[in-house]
Amino acid sequence: MNRILRKLFSNATSLVGIILLAIFMLIAILAPIIAPPFADDPYIIPRMSWEIKPQPPGSLMSEDIRQIYEFTGREIKYEKAICGTAEGGYDIFYGLIWGTRTAFKIGIVTVFFSMLIGLICGSIAAYFGGWIDEILMRITDIFLSFPFLVAAMVLTTILGRGLDKVMIALVVFGWMGYARVIRGSILSAKEETYVIAAKALGVKDSKIIWKHLLPNTIFPVLVQASMNIGSMVITASALSFLGVGAPVGYADWGQMVSFARNWIIGSPGNAGGYWYTVFYPGIFIVFFVLAWNLVGDTLRDILDPRLRGEL
Amino acid sequence: MLPVILFGVTFLIFCVFSLLSPMERLATYVRDPGTLKNPQSAARLISKYHLDDPFPLGYLNWLKRMASFDLGWSQSANQPIWEAICQRFPATLELVLYSIIPVILVGIWLGVISAVHHNDMLDQTIRVTAIIGWSLPTFIFGLLVLFIFYGVLGWLPPGRLSSWAQDIVYTAQSFRNYTGLITIDALLNGNISIFWDAVRHLIAPIITLSYINWAYLLRITRSSMLETLRKDYVRTARSKGIEENTVIHLHAKRNALIPVTTVAGMMIISMLGGVMITETIFNYPGLGFWAASSAQQLDYGSVISFALLFATIMVVGNLIVDISYALIDPRVRLE
Repeated sequence: MNRILRKLFSNATSLVGIILLAIFMLIAILAPIIAPPFADDPYIIPRMSWEIKPQPPGSLMSEDIRQIYEFTGREIKYEKAICGTAEGGYDIFYGLIWGTRTAFKIGIVTVFFSMLIGLICGSIAAYFGGWIDEILMRITDIFLSFPFLVAAMVLTTILGRGLDKVMIALVVFGWMGYARVIRGSILSAKEETYVIAAKALGVKDSKIIWKHLLPNTIFPVLVQASMNIGSMVITASALSFLGVGAPVGYADWGQMVSFARNWIIGSPGNAGGYWYTVFYPGIFIVFFVLAWNLVGDTLRDILDPRLRGEL
Repeated sequence: MLPVILFGVTFLIFCVFSLLSPMERLATYVRDPGTLKNPQSAARLISKYHLDDPFPLGYLNWLKRMASFDLGWSQSANQPIWEAICQRFPATLELVLYSIIPVILVGIWLGVISAVHHNDMLDQTIRVTAIIGWSLPTFIFGLLVLFIFYGVLGWLPPGRLSSWAQDIVYTAQSFRNYTGLITIDALLNGNISIFWDAVRHLIAPIITLSYINWAYLLRITRSSMLETLRKDYVRTARSKGIEENTVIHLHAKRNALIPVTTVAGMMIISMLGGVMITETIFNYPGLGFWAASSAQQLDYGSVISFALLFATIMVVGNLIVDISYALIDPRVRLE
């Protein structure tokens, strides 16, 4: 464990990844201070104007919105859109900051639950073998027969809009990779003498899997999980981009990119005039995913001796 | 194996479909939403389509209807779903074909070259490019492509054809549609300007759809080729004085390509997911664009049919990959 941590911190690429992750975590933790919420639900992006057209960085809150806040007796925490506003007057800066929390929530929750399902399914299949293995692996194959994004989109459409529905869809179609990996490693590990010894001593099956097999086989799964967090966030953003993910106005990077879709080309004579609508959310998504991938890629190289110096 | 998977796929889709109430499911069969407002006629229709049957019976009925291509009515396309699929399929096929073939040919070629000219600078460049490629979501990359090549440079417009070309292709009597693939039809009709117009519209979506696979395929080919070049039989071939080109292309490449075949399966997955986003960004009138807009409009029937279609394509595609495995590797064939 210490060796792995030392390598992670001494490798330049993974160090970049770790620093990026630390910055994102700081942003997520300090979100209420960096961008104080206006509404009761902090994940709703405040609007700076009713204007459909995006407003450039540095523009001020429009007069009619200010009047609404004054009328309802709410305090105006800040009135300058530092990164501009997206389509519909949504403040980009606020969406970025609170979107970081959304991204962590999506990534960690979906990966945790899909890993859990995968671990249970894969370890039971490998440990007991026979027809149990056959049935569980065929079910895995069936779930794998759907392109991930298509399956997630269909399930989210049926369940209805909302971040929780998106996460359910991602978990339902996201566990199969873990099941296959853990099955492979347990298949070889269960022939080891320590497992046979435990069986001979009459240790319960569930205890053998949980206490003996999983601690010895879980590392490849953890590597996969760290790489998977990025792709889960990408898929969730893609769903929001397609218009079936988070509800309109929710602080979510994918939705902010979808706000930018109609404006990216710019207006005649002003090509790229609305660059900020896609630039800021795009940068946040790319760096977030990149950070996880850098860490995961290095982890894989460290744990897989065959790849050392090869790739 | 194939029947079991197909059964499971349809069963899973029906399970998801059953999360909807009978009324919502009825809406996927009815052409005029007005008939649903009358509770009596709605109840009659629900029993007519067996929508309140117990689960196994409902599944069998549904399967029967799907098998006879009676998929229901698409509210978003305003036509029967099967017709909507047939009409949009050639556009998507054209896009996917042009995205897969160059990637396989050129990607493998580049991978072999970079393995043969093994040096560390290139090594790092490819590794970093691959990771960045993985981290750059299709919808951001696609918007960038649209921004640069259409917004700034004005070279590659969105859509499938310019409006003048649409007039000729869809209405003129003189233009005959042979395959539905506009580039090929234009060539068969001898109309170069339409061919050029179609190509101009295709380039940007193709780049968007295939850039991840470029990075991935190159990397896999490279590492697999590096491993093969160190094998004993390659050294033997070299020591016998066989020309280096023959050793690489005849002896090493064939064996190195075996693991690459598995990537083809991955490519199918990423293509099928990618068409939805790519077509949405470039307003390309194919299946993905239609599916995404159906999902937004909560047109459940279309979305379910789309899932069924893509899952079937994927199952068949993976079967083809398995078969090509056997074609490339004689050891698998003998088993």
